[in-house]
Amino acid sequence: MIAGLALVAGVVLGLILRPTVPTWLEPYLPIAVVAALDAVFGGIRARLDGIFDAKVFVVSFISNVLVAALIVFLGDKLGVGSQLSTAVVVVLGIRIFGNAAAIRRHLFRA
Amino acid sequence: MAHERPSPYPRKHRLHGPHGSAALIGVLTLLLGFAIAVQLRANSNGDALSGLREDDLIGILDNQNARADGLRQQITDLQNNLADLRNTGDRSAAARRQATQQAEELGILLGTLPATGPGVRVVVTDPGGKLNGEDLLDVVEELRGAGAEAIQFGTVRVGTSSSFEGAGGALTVDGSHLRAPYTVLAIGDAKTLDTALNIPGGVAATVRAAGGALVVHELKTVRITVTRSVARPAYVKPSH
Repeated sequence: MIAGLALVAGVVLGLILRPTVPTWLEPYLPIAVVAALDAVFGGIRARLDGIFDAKVFVVSFISNVLVAALIVFLGDKLGVGSQLSTAVVVVLGIRIFGNAAAIRRHLFRA
Repeated sequence: MAHERPSPYPRKHRLHGPHGSAALIGVLTLLLGFAIAVQLRANSNGDALSGLREDDLIGILDNQNARADGLRQQITDLQNNLADLRNTGDRSAAARRQATQQAEELGILLGTLPATGPGVRVVVTDPGGKLNGEDLLDVVEELRGAGAEAIQFGTVRVGTSSSFEGAGGALTVDGSHLRAPYTVLAIGDAKTLDTALNIPGGVAATVRAAGGALVVHELKTVRITVTRSVARPAYVKPSH
């Protein structure tokens, strides 16, 4: 409940403040967003499974974002930045799909 | 980036207290929403290149350079084409001009075109009716010899096939009957024509001997409006 409201508030804030993304952050922000989305979907699934733990959620959220950014950063340094970002997005996308499927089963029993 | 500062709360409250954890989750999701909005805006800026990596940018730059080279080459080719076509056009225009000029010159020489220019008007009187066709042909011959480029005898344009017949004041030129006094118009250098007609022992003397008179008026502008038609040759074909 609070999380949903905060998400909406964040979107509204971003639309109102219209900040510009710093150049050094540009390659990482989309990956970080996808990683955070993965954590959020995982959290929702855990909530529906009845095993939600705030600590796990917070830690997985932050570590997801940091690891994703680190992988992209390393990839950029190694010259395979675009390939590694694609890899990260694919892996996270698969996880998000899996979590979304679990959530769907919970909500619709199908 | 959703980066977190360490929470000021004591560890006990931080993740296990219902309010503390809810607040932390709220902050995280707020950051996520914020990042999503920012990223969406950055992507919809229309500046698609700003988000790209160096390698991709280099590839795009190479592509653009190759494309620009190709287009530049095309421009050069087309400009060459244009120059060629312009040259051809100029040449055919010059040829056409030359042909037109030649046709006009030939037309004037043949008598098929009206002509104007400096020249003389010659009036030959023959009160005694003693001049015959040959004498009057001499007038024309003299004018031609002096460089007359177009000659009108009475109402007849003199051409290459003109004939002079008759005697005793009744003259036939190309089938037209003419009576004295005869008026001859000639285009050429007026002074030369005048001199040629009045040369001692020339046509003027012949006319005077026959009791007539030959008067030459030098004119700045002589208009010869009578034309003759040229028959298409029936037997002759041009041979090269």
